[in-house]
Amino acid sequence: MERNITLIALFAALIAALGLVPKFDLAGGVPITAQSMGVMLAGSLLGARRGALAVLLFLFLVALGLPLLAGGRGGLGVFAGPTVGFLIGWPAAAFVTGWLVGVWRDGLFGRMPVAGTALAALVGGVGVLYAFGIGGFALITEQSLTASAAIMLVFIPGDIIKAVLTGFITQGVLRARPGLLRA
Amino acid sequence: MLSLTSEVRTPWHGVSARAKLLGLLAATVAAFWLATPAQALAFAALVAGMHLPGGARFARQGARMLWPLWPFVAVILIWHAVTGAFAQGVVIVARMVALVGLANLVTMTTRLQDILAQVDAALALIRLPARARTRLALAVALVIRFTPVLMQRGSALAQAWRARSARRPGWRLVLPFALSAIDDAEQVAEALRARSGGL
Repeated sequence: MERNITLIALFAALIAALGLVPKFDLAGGVPITAQSMGVMLAGSLLGARRGALAVLLFLFLVALGLPLLAGGRGGLGVFAGPTVGFLIGWPAAAFVTGWLVGVWRDGLFGRMPVAGTALAALVGGVGVLYAFGIGGFALITEQSLTASAAIMLVFIPGDIIKAVLTGFITQGVLRARPGLLRA
Repeated sequence: MLSLTSEVRTPWHGVSARAKLLGLLAATVAAFWLATPAQALAFAALVAGMHLPGGARFARQGARMLWPLWPFVAVILIWHAVTGAFAQGVVIVARMVALVGLANLVTMTTRLQDILAQVDAALALIRLPARARTRLALAVALVIRFTPVLMQRGSALAQAWRARSARRPGWRLVLPFALSAIDDAEQVAEALRARSGGL
């Protein structure tokens, strides 16, 4: 139990730290926030349940008023803003990513671990997340779902890159710490 | 201390956390009945006015917290101007900015421990076992303790990268960053097991 609590808490802290420092740049100097990649990594490295709990704990602290979101944002205000759907979708994204990594561990993940994890992160961290994000944006801004999806389209390429990177990073971490996935 | 609570004292600091949270909830529900630009702008002006008792510095802090909304404000207003429903766009924007501002005001004027006390009371009300509440409190404390530690480590990793490479620090830093968090978690778990007698 202690190990589960500390892994969940430290991953929540890692998601926070990834949104604040260091700043990462893609090739060409395009800046990206690694926070949403932290959400994908929580699922792929901790598994569905612990990953989702780490993200929920992180959001709980944001709601309490800690400036843990990228750019030092936080407080109750972010849950009234147009990106609330993405915040609500984060635990689901981590859960689905972790669940798919678990399901595919003996199949696709076993044969092609990087591709399997990247695909899981793509489904969870992009597919599921954007379903929530677009729904939330449409609700808050009273736009149609199609219009909201069109506005959000610009962010998807960056998140696809993060899903692929999640595959490589997960594989690297699991190679260095093979016992991580045990409960 | 990581916190968005303002150091500037305002009359709102004296209002109980419970009253502020219930007020915010009521305002959020009521705001969806605002139908005309005049009503929505009056609501936004009221929220802006609520920042004034804190003085200029407090109001600037509130405005800074609203700043990340500007791209959305621009997109919504342009969209509605193009589709010929500008008045509706103004209602949506004014309501959104006012609600975010009001929620920020609650955050800025309520101490972390006061909000935590309300959360604990709410969890007790839904009969969450004391052990589960203790675990949540421990997890919260660990995140608050370790976020600055990990931020410092992230900066150190980035510095180490810059000392060795002319290129900017890239995504490869996430791997050692994640490994260090995992190793910290394993060590803290070991220490807790040795000292707590089981959580």
